[in-house]
Amino acid sequence: MGKSIIATTSLAGCFGCHMSLLDIDERILELAELVEFNKSPINDIKKFTKKCDIGLIEGGVCNSENIHVLKDFRENCKILVSVGECAIMGGLPALRNNIPLRECLAEAYLDGPSVENNEEQIIPNDEELPLMLNKVYPCHEVVKIDVKLPGCPPSADMIYEALVALVTGRDLEIPYEALKYD
Amino acid sequence: MNKVINFKVDGVICMAEKGQHILDAAKANKIFIPTLCNLPGFKPKGSCRVCNVKVNGKLMTACTTPVAEGMDIQNNTDEIIEIRKMIIELLFVEGNHYCPYCEKSGNCELQALAYKYKIMAPRFPYQFPDRDIEASNDKLLKDHNRCILCKRCIRAIKDEKGRSIFAFKRRGHKVVINIDTKLSVNMSDEMAQEAMDVCPVGAIIKKEIGFSVPIGERTYDKNPIGHELDGIKSTGL
Repeated sequence: MGKSIIATTSLAGCFGCHMSLLDIDERILELAELVEFNKSPINDIKKFTKKCDIGLIEGGVCNSENIHVLKDFRENCKILVSVGECAIMGGLPALRNNIPLRECLAEAYLDGPSVENNEEQIIPNDEELPLMLNKVYPCHEVVKIDVKLPGCPPSADMIYEALVALVTGRDLEIPYEALKYD
Repeated sequence: MNKVINFKVDGVICMAEKGQHILDAAKANKIFIPTLCNLPGFKPKGSCRVCNVKVNGKLMTACTTPVAEGMDIQNNTDEIIEIRKMIIELLFVEGNHYCPYCEKSGNCELQALAYKYKIMAPRFPYQFPDRDIEASNDKLLKDHNRCILCKRCIRAIKDEKGRSIFAFKRRGHKVVINIDTKLSVNMSDEMAQEAMDVCPVGAIIKKEIGFSVPIGERTYDKNPIGHELDGIKSTGL
């Protein structure tokens, strides 16, 4: 059996879930026996170079670029995994969901207490910038998600167990202490 | 002593005093039935529905149904567990439950039940309802985003004359828990703590102290809710 191929990305997330993946410590050597990494911030591969078996998604969907990346992952990965609360339900970025977008941007760039040197009252609008969405969406509301791993971040134990279970095809058994939402 | 009657839970023969509710009778026989609204010593409400059991083939809330001679109760069957999981998931999507920064996380009964039933994520779409946080009270903060309207605070937290400090405000889907501004003026620290403890979720938070117990030592970090009764780590997947 060849190695399974894994891709990872962080959308509207804080990279905490990626840090938690690295928290598997020396088990990363065992994981390296089972998998190889393709597109991922960990190895800095920017574009998919082949079809992947597993895609790990951190973070929810807050702008047009997130949608683009997420759809790209869906097309190139057999199994998509929502890793962490943000991917599952929007997480802390979704706190803005009940505040109009205009108000959020005004607070950040025009009226906020930390705003300085913006005499022209500009909200960044360069066409290179991805457009923000009206709300932060859970990943499964944009594409089909196959597996969800809760936690903020999910514990290293849970991520490791889930990856090994997915790669080897055995049932996912998570110990009580490893399943947490915080 | 009251008359002793016999009943069965998942085929196990149990004994109870006449007039006991199923939930309490099961507890006395070391059987855990989950609940979010019931509170020992107070009149049961049956509002959260998590304690659903099948009594002689019919769904009933265990907290409000008195046990009767010869009752055949189903508790930990696949069907009942699935119903309970659905109710818990509905409660999660119906409010705004951000566990990562909630002060009650680790001590929250709603979260603890989700852990016990190994819920990885709710199957229903998140509603993101627009709700307020009320911080006008000196000692307590009310976060309506997390309230599951179980009425525990209304029933349990009363002043020396027996008047409720908390009450329902508005009706239907707009109903929220309200703190009586006059009655709560002289609220003691102990009463504020009791109000926070009685809340099954993080809707009532005591001000000026938070995250005082480190992760790993909170109530449900190592052992699931109900573990002290039945010793079961987790049920169903």
